[in-house]
Amino acid sequence: MAAYGLRGGLTPELAEWAERIEAWAREYGLDFWSICFELLDYDQINEVAAYGGFPTRYPHWKWGMDFEQLNKGYVYGLQKIYELVINNDPCYAYLMKSNSIMDQKLVMAHVCGHADFFKNNLWFSKTNRKMMDQMANHGTRIRRYAERIGHEEVESFIDCCLSIDNLIDIHSPFVRRRRVPDEDEDDLPKRPVPKKLRSKDYMDRFVNPPEFLEEQTRRLQEAIEKRKNFPEHPERDVMLFLLEHAPLDRWQRDILGMIREEAYYFAPQAQTKIMNEGWASYWHSKLMTEKILTDAEVIDYADHHAGTMGTRPGVLNPYKIGIELFRDIEERWDKGKFGKEWEECDDAEARRAWDKKLGLGREKIFEVRRIYNDVMFIDEFLTEDFAREQKMFTFEYSKQSDEYVIASREFREIKSKLLDQLTNWGNPFIAVQNGNHENRGELYLVHEHMGTDLDLDHARDVLKNLQRIWSRPVHLETVVEKRRKLLSYNGRKHGEKNL
Amino acid sequence: MATNKIGRDHSRFKQIVRGKIKKELRKYITKGELIGRKGKNTVSIPLPQIQLPRFRFGSQQRGGVGQGDGEIGQPIGKGDQQGSGPGEAGDRPGEHVLEVDVELEELAKILGEELELPRIEPRGKKAIASEKDVYTGIHRVGPESLRHFKRTFKAALLRQLSLGEYDPEHPLVLPIREDKRYRSWKTHREPEANAVIIYMMDVSGSMGFEQKEIVRIESFWIDTWLRSQYKNIESRYIVHDATAKEVDQHTFFHIRESGGTKISSAYELCNRLINEEFPPDEWNIYPFHFSDGDNWGGDDTRRCIRLLEEEILPRVNVFCYGQVKSAYGSGQFIKDLRASYDDDERIILSSIGSRDEIYDSIKDFLGKGR
Repeated sequence: MAAYGLRGGLTPELAEWAERIEAWAREYGLDFWSICFELLDYDQINEVAAYGGFPTRYPHWKWGMDFEQLNKGYVYGLQKIYELVINNDPCYAYLMKSNSIMDQKLVMAHVCGHADFFKNNLWFSKTNRKMMDQMANHGTRIRRYAERIGHEEVESFIDCCLSIDNLIDIHSPFVRRRRVPDEDEDDLPKRPVPKKLRSKDYMDRFVNPPEFLEEQTRRLQEAIEKRKNFPEHPERDVMLFLLEHAPLDRWQRDILGMIREEAYYFAPQAQTKIMNEGWASYWHSKLMTEKILTDAEVIDYADHHAGTMGTRPGVLNPYKIGIELFRDIEERWDKGKFGKEWEECDDAEARRAWDKKLGLGREKIFEVRRIYNDVMFIDEFLTEDFAREQKMFTFEYSKQSDEYVIASREFREIKSKLLDQLTNWGNPFIAVQNGNHENRGELYLVHEHMGTDLDLDHARDVLKNLQRIWSRPVHLETVVEKRRKLLSYNGRKHGEKNL
Repeated sequence: MATNKIGRDHSRFKQIVRGKIKKELRKYITKGELIGRKGKNTVSIPLPQIQLPRFRFGSQQRGGVGQGDGEIGQPIGKGDQQGSGPGEAGDRPGEHVLEVDVELEELAKILGEELELPRIEPRGKKAIASEKDVYTGIHRVGPESLRHFKRTFKAALLRQLSLGEYDPEHPLVLPIREDKRYRSWKTHREPEANAVIIYMMDVSGSMGFEQKEIVRIESFWIDTWLRSQYKNIESRYIVHDATAKEVDQHTFFHIRESGGTKISSAYELCNRLINEEFPPDEWNIYPFHFSDGDNWGGDDTRRCIRLLEEEILPRVNVFCYGQVKSAYGSGQFIKDLRASYDDDERIILSSIGSRDEIYDSIKDFLGKGR
């Protein structure tokens, strides 16, 4: 085994621990690619984190900004990165040099959980597992463009691309949305043939009067004309639409394509934040307490684990919710607390004492980690009992006091709010409705409003960036304070009108 | 692993920040919002407009889900702090309003570039000297701690070679006393320019909150600029109504007196300060006086002009008078000064009608490079 290469970045002591921890993890049934650990000091780890985990990423000031903030957070003691894991084969994991040996063990166990999740969770199945190489490749290409075309020009185009990199269709890797035309199909428009009613030959003239048929043909023809408003169906993958239809130079198209690819690579991590962290925390806790910890480390471990699981009022800690949900599922399936009989049982006493001794828990959580994402996970497994035990609540903004206040502890509200936040990994649904609006080649986007308005300052700035890419005027249909509005930008000024 | 690739992205980011600050400088000056954000050597500047825009939800309507104890209606946080917690530090940093720390020196540079301020040519350079040791040469005697290993080794090798004692088979080089070489230093006396800013302000009843705020903002920027020009700088503060006294910075900006105004009292105190503590051949002296232009009467104004003419002007780099418009002041004083010193470049007059004019007023004061 190439153990030396993978452990090259570790001290002998840590390398040995890595070996043992991975072996234990595999004993429990975790399944992951080999993990390549590296030890970094704090500004190196901040650097790698600023690059989203990829030290070879293309140059851009945004990484510099993220770096500044991470560094400031560290220097002021506000935050500290313990661990950084990259979804790749082999999996890369960065450890902070200054952590204690107990911390390192905890982090390595945690990393095993993430690595298993990356490899086995369905939503990651379409991600590029050689992303480390791909990112380096992107870096090289973008550097080359920057040298040929000019750093400023390339940089400001990247600004535009990054500002729309959430306009992708996260389900599209799994669905074939568009029919690929057959090879031998000719492109010639066909004259549409209206459906006829069945009739005897001699009656046909009366059952299907020629004038009627003519009328139908005309209508169908019109419908086809209308469809020339492309795309045929609203396109949520706005980046793809622009790739295919915006008048871009080759280098621009290439960069837009690369940034889109990276957006698709990162999306599943945002889609499974709660599950992924929950799963990794579940396993670090199990591995630490059952295998790894020495007596002397127990207190420190408890302290750090509690720190990671800590909650603050305005924030939902995904580590905490995730691990508790996995534990809850395990217990429910161990005891058989699921299915029709359980749902219909109203007797509180019986519910408390319920134990069918099925022992299906472990199997169930492995299944859950394979096929669910956060939305499905919360939808299916967040129960009323759980929400009550975890003291969950919803909060809302109060204009009077300029504060967020606790709004409700109703289970329905909590669940729907949470699902609402997780849907489309927290991003608004925005689709291209028409790429030839009013037959003037203008871009028409529609925001599917689900109760929350857009941040308008940002929206206007994004329109500006979209216009730069599209080069013709761009429009966004949205709802502002319950009124349907159209925001526009034509390259010179912003417009806004009621619809 | 190869690191510090981030250095380039980081400095590019700083460059962008610099550009943004420069573009928004007038706004920062007018609003005076930077003053409260000053640390020891840096100012923390909020820059929300630097973040990449995205289609995203407005946060206020949104609310969210939390965890913990509390009754319905109990507040859990101020308007802006909702967002990233320990759990959300993952692949994307939280959406805070970005604050960037900028060094005061950098800020002064930006100010200088944007306002096209000339560098100041200090006066009285010769008098003050600071001592500085520089290693300049090699000596044959000296303390062991300063022994120059390479030179010593070379000298020993040279000696052994020339005496035929060097054996390439056994390359043993042993320095003896004569071979030893030591670093030596020279003490340089470097002239250093010192400066003092003497702020004077009228705090009589007619100077309201807004007038003082303008003075506060303006003196912040003057301070920032002059500090970047002199290594060694002191600030002194004098307030006056009918009498003058020296106060500390906090008092200077917060004191409120009432009663009449005798500007000469401040000028006398200023003069005394210069005489007693800041001999002009050692110090660059910058008196700044702010008032709303009301004075006790023509006699006192004449007295002021005499003080300026005979005592103050000959000793200072430049005397600056800023007149802040107030609802009560007559604004007479600047006219009287203008009548006496219209083309005199030892005195700079600037009238500040409102916050919007601070920017130009700073330019008036500092644009002469004196």
